Amino acid sequence: MDFNLALHLGLPETILAVSSLLILVFGAFRGDKGMISVSALCGVALIAAAFAAAFGHQGAAFGGSFIVDGVALFAKVAIYIAAVFIIVLGQGYFDRVGAGRFELPILILLAALGMSLMVSAGDLISLYVGLELQSLALYVLAAFRRDDAKSSEAGLKYFVLGALSSGLLLYGASLVYGFAGSMNFHDIAQSATTNLNVGLIFGLVFVICGLAFKVSAAPFHMWTPDVYEGAPTPIVAFFAGAPKFAAMVLFARVLQTGFAAQADQWRQVVLVLAVLSFVIGALGGLMQKDIKRLLAYSSIANMGYALLAIAAGAVGIPALLIFFVLYMVDTLGLFTVQMALSRKGEPVTRIDSLAGLSKTNMPMTIVLTILCLSVLGMPPFSGFWAKYFVFGAAITSGLWQFAAAGLVASVVAAFYYLRILKLMWFDVPAGDMDKSPLETRWIAYAAAAFSFPVVIVFLVYVYPLAQSAAQGFGS
Amino acid sequence: MRLLKAPDMRPVFNSEGLGDLMNAFLLQYLPVIIFIGVATVLGLGFMIGALVIAPKAPDTEKLSAYECGFNAFDSARQKFDVRFYLVSILFIIFDLEASFLFPWAVSLFDMPNGGMHVAFWSMVTFLVELGLGYIYVWKKGALEWE
Repeated sequence: MDFNLALHLGLPETILAVSSLLILVFGAFRGDKGMISVSALCGVALIAAAFAAAFGHQGAAFGGSFIVDGVALFAKVAIYIAAVFIIVLGQGYFDRVGAGRFELPILILLAALGMSLMVSAGDLISLYVGLELQSLALYVLAAFRRDDAKSSEAGLKYFVLGALSSGLLLYGASLVYGFAGSMNFHDIAQSATTNLNVGLIFGLVFVICGLAFKVSAAPFHMWTPDVYEGAPTPIVAFFAGAPKFAAMVLFARVLQTGFAAQADQWRQVVLVLAVLSFVIGALGGLMQKDIKRLLAYSSIANMGYALLAIAAGAVGIPALLIFFVLYMVDTLGLFTVQMALSRKGEPVTRIDSLAGLSKTNMPMTIVLTILCLSVLGMPPFSGFWAKYFVFGAAITSGLWQFAAAGLVASVVAAFYYLRILKLMWFDVPAGDMDKSPLETRWIAYAAAAFSFPVVIVFLVYVYPLAQSAAQGFGS
Repeated sequence: MRLLKAPDMRPVFNSEGLGDLMNAFLLQYLPVIIFIGVATVLGLGFMIGALVIAPKAPDTEKLSAYECGFNAFDSARQKFDVRFYLVSILFIIFDLEASFLFPWAVSLFDMPNGGMHVAFWSMVTFLVELGLGYIYVWKKGALEWE
């Protein structure tokens, strides 16, 4: 029966939804003392969902509003695995600062559920439901240290701006529905080819604006540095990776399925967003003194590269998938290093405080060096390969001017990573570092090892996978 | 007043005649535009006029808040106990649940057989979810006032 097929396709989501509800009740009875067991259960649920997605079938259910294709499955596996790492980091971090609550892993689970609905969205309603499920969980996570003024501020800012962007998106969606007469992306595409209307383009622009807010592409990036600075670090590591991956896949799906015939219209908008993002990301980062703000600008710049992959059209989709996986590992590693470093119990937040790290904490210096070289795009590290595929796709589809602009921006951005390297290796240390917590140390080592040499093996196996996953996307 | 009637707005993007149609459509809104213009000019005119012409001699007494001749007792902003918000949020959730239930209950038995099963179990799932949320809220003590 139709419904059985739907349940089959939605198995990862079903696992997440059911387990989040059950774990919530379990946690309510155990209280905050049971956070570690709640974390473990949530991790198991995510891994189970990742397996279900990895071996899942492809198809469409619920009248085409839930699409499970190769891209969706690929993104889901990546998102679930990222969420597991965040739960591990969050458990340790919140335990140490004494703000641990059992809701934390459950909120991460719900956010992951929202993201997997986003990557599978096949119409405007499921797009919005997935987006809101993810966003609402993330607003709470941003303000999770509620007795901390900065964290509360970050949560409030994120909430207000997120609500604004949802409003823009909904306005656009209502216009699209009004002029196309359907919620479904395929029907919208059909309506857009047979009778294209000013109102439809108008709605499309609003939808793009709303999504650009969510991926923090310039000029909709204003919230990013403030939220990253204030929110708890493991949560920021989450913000920078998985939600943006989900929103970017959604972005690609809306444009390449719903408005495939209007590629010339939306390509200009996406290219403007991309160029602004990597220019503002590169220039804004130069003046930053706070590590997390710097990483915020770095993520804005990286969203520019991802948008370039979307603008490249169908050839850009495998590049987008690979780019995001490599980018997620790098950012996870960078934020983990920030969590691993503290001086007399005070976390290191300023870039100056990294001075002379090579004399006080050699392993972390090496990890940070590898990650910085990777993010600035030095071969053979993973960041180089990420940019290689994106620029390659852009050049293939004739956008070589924009690829060149991206290269120039990444050279400018290299300055701030090189400054970190100089501080760490050649400056006088400002005092001894504390011993890094166990889990941060190992995740940082793993991220650095992935950056090089594991990435080579990874690409050999996963690049063909991404290519076959992207086949038929948008049709 | 003449009723504004929207013409059919589904012509092809680049076809000829779209401009005329668009103009005819917009022309119907002309009174509204004129009204907005008159309102803006008059509103701004009075404010700017007062700003330019009226004599100004401010002093502390004039600038302080006027409260029936008394000095202000305390700040106009009051803190609310967070529990009020909690109760109102919980009320909204369960109120919405009821507003979902009514149309469902009315139309459930009018649905075709396959659709009825799906509709029935969707609502049961929804209610179970809300029920689990209710248990969570209860255990967290959100329903206790003291």
